[in-house]
Amino acid sequence: MAEAKLDLLQGTLDLMVLQTLVAMGEMHGYGIARRIEQVSGDEILLNQGTIYASLVRLQQRGWIAAEWGTSDNNRKAKYYSITRGGRKQLVADAAYWRRLSRVISRVLTAPAERELQ
Amino acid sequence: MSTWREALQRIGSFLHGKQRDTELDAEIASNLEFAVEENIKGGMAADEARRRALVKFGGVAQAKEQHREARGLPWLEVLLQDLRFTFRTLGRDRGFTVIAVIILGLGIGANITVFSVVNTILLRPLPFHNPQELVRILSKDDRGGESSMTYSTDATEAFQRRNQSFQEVSGYFAFSTPENVKLMGNGQPRPVTGLSVAGNFFHTLGVEPMLGRLFAPEECVPHGRPVVLLNHSFWKRQFGGNPNIVGQAINLDGTPSTVIGVLPDTFDFGSVFSPGAKVDLYQPVIFEDIRDEGNTMALIGRLKPGVGRAEAQAEADLIFPTLLSNLKHPEYGGDYTARLLSLKDFVSGKLRRSLIVLWCAVGLILLIVCVNLSNLLLARGAARSKEFAMRTALGAGRGRLLRQLLTESLMLSGLGALLGLIFAFAITTYLAHQGSIALPLLSSVRIDLAALAWTVLIAVAAAVIFGLAPGLRLSSGNLQEALKDSGHGTSLGRRHEAMRSVLIIVEIAMACVLLVGAGLLLRSFLRILDVDLGFQPSRAASISVDYDDGRDPAKRSVIWQEVVRRVEEIPGVETAGITDGLPMSRNRSWGIQAKGVEYRRGELEGTFVYVVSPGYLNAIGMHLVKGRDIRWDDNKKEAVVIINETVARRLWPGQDPIDRIALVGGSDARVIGVVADVHESSVEGEPGWQMYISATAPQYGPEGAQLVVRTKLPPAMLAADVMNTLRQINPGQPATEFRPVQRLVDHVVSPRRFFVLLVGIFAGLGLVLASLGIYGVISYSVTQQTKEIGIRMALGASQGRVQIAVIARTLWLALIGIACGTLASFGIGSLIASLLYGTPATDRATFACMILLLGAVALLAGYIPARRASRINPMIALRNN
Repeated sequence: MAEAKLDLLQGTLDLMVLQTLVAMGEMHGYGIARRIEQVSGDEILLNQGTIYASLVRLQQRGWIAAEWGTSDNNRKAKYYSITRGGRKQLVADAAYWRRLSRVISRVLTAPAERELQ
Repeated sequence: MSTWREALQRIGSFLHGKQRDTELDAEIASNLEFAVEENIKGGMAADEARRRALVKFGGVAQAKEQHREARGLPWLEVLLQDLRFTFRTLGRDRGFTVIAVIILGLGIGANITVFSVVNTILLRPLPFHNPQELVRILSKDDRGGESSMTYSTDATEAFQRRNQSFQEVSGYFAFSTPENVKLMGNGQPRPVTGLSVAGNFFHTLGVEPMLGRLFAPEECVPHGRPVVLLNHSFWKRQFGGNPNIVGQAINLDGTPSTVIGVLPDTFDFGSVFSPGAKVDLYQPVIFEDIRDEGNTMALIGRLKPGVGRAEAQAEADLIFPTLLSNLKHPEYGGDYTARLLSLKDFVSGKLRRSLIVLWCAVGLILLIVCVNLSNLLLARGAARSKEFAMRTALGAGRGRLLRQLLTESLMLSGLGALLGLIFAFAITTYLAHQGSIALPLLSSVRIDLAALAWTVLIAVAAAVIFGLAPGLRLSSGNLQEALKDSGHGTSLGRRHEAMRSVLIIVEIAMACVLLVGAGLLLRSFLRILDVDLGFQPSRAASISVDYDDGRDPAKRSVIWQEVVRRVEEIPGVETAGITDGLPMSRNRSWGIQAKGVEYRRGELEGTFVYVVSPGYLNAIGMHLVKGRDIRWDDNKKEAVVIINETVARRLWPGQDPIDRIALVGGSDARVIGVVADVHESSVEGEPGWQMYISATAPQYGPEGAQLVVRTKLPPAMLAADVMNTLRQINPGQPATEFRPVQRLVDHVVSPRRFFVLLVGIFAGLGLVLASLGIYGVISYSVTQQTKEIGIRMALGASQGRVQIAVIARTLWLALIGIACGTLASFGIGSLIASLLYGTPATDRATFACMILLLGAVALLAGYIPARRASRINPMIALRNN
């Protein structure tokens, strides 16, 4: 049986959105969602719908900006880009996540007491 | 920074929800198109491409919901949703809503009213500058009425000079009578009430005039310019609030006096120092003029900052015993003591317990209201349990349901609070504008900010109390139980029923406590009305008489005789007499002792003295025990005095006092009669020493004259005739009021009447609410058990048996409630013991009456549904389900 997809932890989606925008520049919502799916190697359980809550949250915090524009094939869409505040936030959040995952993996790999004896 | 920004954004999104939704719709639509296009490019058919895109997207509705939560103010949206829903539910259930709001309105309104009264009298500081520094200086011995609570001008001045603790010591002349000044001018002279105060009186209190200025020192000396300060309400009433009156002269008793100022409307002498008294204008007291009149000044003082009352008391204990009453006559001594009472305690100290009891009573009412509503909501909740089970099944969380139920409770209590505020506003406005209740500061009772805050507090507390139990009960409902319970026509689930029974028992117990408390207070009040006052106020009326005798006793005797003779000729007048002081009003005391007897210190008491005409004792309805009344020709050879039984017993124990010689105020007088004791200052207290001396005696001068008329007719019918007669004798007689003597007694007992009335109303309300509660619960359970009762009757139970079963359940609840309530009442009894008069706190008759009353009402409340139960037709009951 294939492995179940990962549930998203609180706050991780916001971080991925910010990172995507840094990497890809201006993008629309669907593009961001697809990009996250691709980068994560389809290991994340992501309803594309959930991305909009994240986008509006980031926007209201002033970390990303949104603008209606026209796509290559002449379709109207809302395009998002990261702001200066967003970049700063990304640096801080990324550092936090790296630290957290380091700590967690250390805890998980620590030998059991019985093995020490 | 970003949190502020986010908060603002969230508010913006909340306000522009529609716009954001449309934008989101457009964004989602365009993004879905991207997905569809991508899928088509990947080689899918158009339909399949769209289907896959939608699957990948997930729930559109959920996405929108998440979007709303992320961008807006979810709690506010939920609240609005709940409010809308609450409006709909309450609107649908109009009967329930109206009853609940009325009950809550009564409970909360009563609480706001009582809080306003308590706040005004007890909690709020006095309306003076730094009121905590103000003290009232009283004698340690309070026997002998005002005279023993006052000080001579010499003593006052000496204390002012010698003390170190006070910034200022001041006072007022304690023996003014109502309507003691004639305001002359256009037409008939008007009677007004003037009060003489020491020059620094207002300055000591920290009262600034609203217009003009206060008294200047040169206006407080003999032959100074006559000046007067106006009370605010008098200024409004008499002078139409004309500010130009300041500086003008008004004619008082024939003397032109300059109005130098108007006091602010926040200052009301009567409401602080003498509840129920109205003062119209203030004149400076000229110490030189009253130097030989003995103790006349009631003293107040303002402590220096940082000086405690104990320190000041210690100093006063050193100074006062050394003060002389009259420096010209050091042989008179002084015998002064001082007790420093904070002005606040002086004003409200005696009322503290009554007010706290009132507060507790009204709090109990609110609790009963809450319990009642809890029960109503539970009953309603039982009917709604299916609705809630359904919502739970659809995924509503417990917190969400609880929140919605509390919103409903808050909405009810909010509406109730609004109604209560209307009630309270009406009642406090009435209280502030009536003048017959002798409670201090009552005229300044109003709904203020504190009262509003209190309203919010109790409304929220009430909502939580009455909403929480049914809320928890409902929201915890597991589906199975809800479905089981809501099957019509059978007994309720046990827990449900137990909870409602407990609530009823609590309600009855609280009503019981209220009823017993009110019963005890009512019985005390009846006892008080029953007290033999020593005079008969009914059928007697009095009027203040103006006369000019030029300080000549012979002339005065002629005028008084003329007044009494002419008034007695009026048809309907049985008898008339004149006194300078009525019972239950202003009093003064002198000394009396048997001539030739040495007394130990403290053996003698200040003796209330009344200068009276022959016939007065009869007119006021006093009882002559021994000897005879005064005659107009007494005092030809020697002064005479009539004493009361207390004086006779104390000065001539076991002997006949008639014809003995007494020393009255320093001169000899023959005792010619003994009268029964009169309650001279209060109904509750023991009568003091009293004596009556003849107005014709050259050595004793009366202070004003009150004509007392005994009649079979209502006093109002005689008023015009009496006034005409007085005007014929003295055209300058002002239009003073001819008022029933009973009013003096009513005034003295008015605070107690006020408390009894309020507690009685609360107890009545408690009884009604409790009976409603019982009726509601029993009636509801009968409705719920219709089918069950039908089956029982079909199986042969008689109507009587069904009835008895229902009544038995009612009585069982009532009995447990009454038992708990009675136990609690014994506890309450000791709390109110000091408010009772002639009634023990465990008065059996009262307990029995109130328990029977409560039991009877409970029985009635249970009987109505029981009757209905017995009328159930088994066929119909069974068919209907």
